[in-house]
This record gives sequence, C-alpha cells and structure tokens, in this order.
Amino acid sequence: MAKRTGKQTISMDKTLSIAGTGTIVGTVESDGPLSPYFDVHMNDAEWNEETWEKSESKMQREAVKIAIRKSGFEADKIDCIFAGDLLNQCISSGFSARELEIPFYGLYGACSTIVEGMSLASLLIDGGGADNALAVASSHFCTAERQYRNPLEYGGQRTPTSQRTVTGAGAAVIRNYGSPPYITHVTTGKVVDFGVTDQNNMGGAMAPAAVDTLITHFEDLGRSPKNYDLILTGDLGKFGRDIVIDMMSERGYDMSENYSDAGCMIYDFSTQDVHSGASGCGCVAVVLCGYIFEMMKKGLLNDVLVLGTGALLSPTSTLQGESIPGIAHAVALSTTPGGGKNAVC
Amino acid sequence: MSNKNSGYLNYIDKTAPKSPILKDMLMAFLFGGLICVIGQLFLELYQNVLNLDDENSKTAVSITMVFIGALLTGLDIYPKLAKHAGAGTIVPITGFANSIASPAMEFKREGLVTGMAVKMFTVAGPVLVYGISASVAVGIIYYLYKILIGG
Repeated sequence: MAKRTGKQTISMDKTLSIAGTGTIVGTVESDGPLSPYFDVHMNDAEWNEETWEKSESKMQREAVKIAIRKSGFEADKIDCIFAGDLLNQCISSGFSARELEIPFYGLYGACSTIVEGMSLASLLIDGGGADNALAVASSHFCTAERQYRNPLEYGGQRTPTSQRTVTGAGAAVIRNYGSPPYITHVTTGKVVDFGVTDQNNMGGAMAPAAVDTLITHFEDLGRSPKNYDLILTGDLGKFGRDIVIDMMSERGYDMSENYSDAGCMIYDFSTQDVHSGASGCGCVAVVLCGYIFEMMKKGLLNDVLVLGTGALLSPTSTLQGESIPGIAHAVALSTTPGGGKNAVC
Repeated sequence: MSNKNSGYLNYIDKTAPKSPILKDMLMAFLFGGLICVIGQLFLELYQNVLNLDDENSKTAVSITMVFIGALLTGLDIYPKLAKHAGAGTIVPITGFANSIASPAMEFKREGLVTGMAVKMFTVAGPVLVYGISASVAVGIIYYLYKILIGG
C-alpha cells in the first residue's frame, strides 16, 4: 500500500504502469517541434462542432478513447476517470464524460490538472480502490481567451511575459500492472502566493510554487536533480523557467543540466509568435502524454520528474485586485519499479 | 504578504522582459497617424467632391471610419494590425468600432439577445459610460456659464 515518505510525498507500493495515452492538438501546436509525438492534429479550432466549448469537450472525449484503445482496455473496464479543464464549472470534462459512461471525478487544478489527476489515480489504485483509472485534462485557446481575456478579434498587444493557451487534450490510462513507464512517487503541492498580481505573468506567479514542491520532493526522498534524466515543469514559460533555475540555485540545487518546461517545448520560438511560451491544462498534458511517454517507452528517458503548475486565479479575483495563488503537483516516473537513478556525483 | 515577498516582487520587476517601449510608440505614432490621414482624405472627399457642409462631412467621416474598423474586425485584419500598432489602432474611432464588433461576433453563439446584445459593450462600455457622463457634465457647466456670464 502507498506509504507516506517525508512531508508531502507518497511512495507507490505497486508497479503502477502508464498503460496507454492519447493526445490531441490544435493547428498552432501541430506546427510546433513536438508535433510528431501527438496522436491527432485538428484541422481547425472548431473541429466540426458549432462552438469552441463543444470542440474542447470532443477533444477530451477523443483523447480518452485513444488512451483506452492504446492501453488495450475496453471502455467499460475503466474503473474511474479524473478529468479537468479551465472552463467555468469544468464543462469540457463533465460534458465529455456524459458519453463515456465511466465513473467520474471532476477536478480543478488549473494547469496542474493532469498531474493532479494522475496523482489521485495512482493513490486510488495503489490503495486497492481501483485496478485502473484514467486521467485527462484539456484546454482550448479560443475558450480560454473568451473566458479569461478579450474576444479573439479584439485588437490589442500582449506583454513579453504573456503565454499562449495550448489547444490540446492529453489522457493517460494507469493500471496496477504492466510495462513501463511507472509512476513511483507523488508529491502533493501547497498553494503558494508570493503576491504577483499581473495575470500576464503566470510564470512569475507560479514559479515559487514549483520551487516549493521541487525542494519538498527532493528533501522528502533524499534526492537531488541528479536522480532524474529530466525534470519537467508544466507551463512556466521562458521567464518562469529562468526564475526556477535562479531560485533553485539559491537553495543549492543545480537545475541547469536536466531541467525543461513544457511551455517552452510545444512552440518554435523562432517562427511562432508566442511571447513567453505555452500555457493551459493541455500544455503539460500533451507533452507528458505525448513526448515524455514516447521517450520513456523507447528508453531514451528513464527517470523523469513532472510538475504540473497551476495559477488558481479567476477573472473575478483579477478584477478585485487579488494576487495569483500558484500550485505545483509532482509525479515521479521511471522505467524501473521504485525509480530514481543513482545520482552521479 | 507584500512585505514578506517584496524581495521576490522586486526581482520579478527587474528581471521580467520588458515591452519595447520606443518601438511600440513609433508604431503607434505611424499607424495612428495613418488612420487619421485616411480620415482626413475622406473629409476632403466629402467636403470638396460631394459638397457636404462642414458638420455633415465630419459626421460622415466618423461613420465611414467606424464602418471600416468593424469591417476589418470581421475580416480578422484589425487584430493583426493592432498587434503591431498597439495604441495606434486602439485610440482612433476605428478602435472603438473594433471593441464593439469583436465581442458582438464572439458572443453571437450565446444568442442574439442574451449573448451578442449583452456582451457587445463589455469592452467599450466604460468609454460610453464616462464619455456620455462627461459630455452631460460639460453641457451643464456650459449651460450655467451661459446663464451666469451671458454669451
């Protein structure tokens, strides 16, 4: 059974395998460097639906179906699903699940949702409450823009620290046996708010939460960045990534060698005008379920620490002048049960 | 909280990449000026070719520019220009047209009454509220001035 290790980390007892994943991305993401790692590339933002909200719901549903198919399960054999998105009342998730007929938990962890879902799925399976579970998260540039910012046709300029919401959905089936990659540890993050109020600087708002979870994870397990081939944060963007490297260095951790941010990977900065990079639930979801999963399957990456980073703000809290609370949840993935390669000093 | 984390907020302020202010100002000047030149050309056209009087030709220019702003918004050209022009496309009357046309387009899907009609002033609403309020206030002051001072 899962065992608490240190302050916020839980070690998995069973070999929790990521059995299969499904990813769907929009047109701008399809033009990015990770495009070959995604399953489905949408031809436009609507994807044959009347509204962008319906399109996002369909993305989530299709990602779930692909993940189930690739994991070799039948849909009715999935014990439960943890789903979330950015829209009010998580409509993309609820509306997609009404056609899936799988027991459903709706989550809101902003852009950390896929990692929160995978954490909860792992805990449920390791505790014996399920044999398998599915985690899914999505975001859509057009639905997020109209909820959080301005209409798409509104003429305005963005600041250099702003990020582009990924149109994408990622899903992963986790089960209590099978082939690697395995989920070996879960570190649950605390809400951290250093007082950043600029909603166009999510990287700056979320970086302290990522640093808090990273340090806690290392201390809880007696590990260091050297225990991983790759440490991946969710969607801090270029600026947020630089802050993490700086803050971790101050605390004595060298992150310069093997650290990357999913928000810096999806788009090509030299040809795509995306300012500080990518953001949204779909950002880390598609990088984790697409690129990371493939690289671990091929054995090109063996130990990966993934942090989903979320900014827990709303348009109302922004208008009321509130600062932005950040959250970061971590899962440690490995191609060997137990995981964590020996640190090379 | 701000005291405890003022060090972090200062660090963010110092290290965050800044907008290229000089370039932004130059582009705003050029695009804003260009829009005004186009407006002036229409004014010349209405006054000298169509022989409208001064007041009517100015009104016709406003109508024309609002139409062009809304049309370019519908064709998805205005936001592409605005990305480079910044304040140069926000401040002129074409920007006002864009700020009404864009939510009207976007919220059509929530219904013509409950969506489009409700949301079309979400961006421009404050301009209307304070613009109209200011004009009423100035009107009252002007009225009182006329009575008291005469003119």
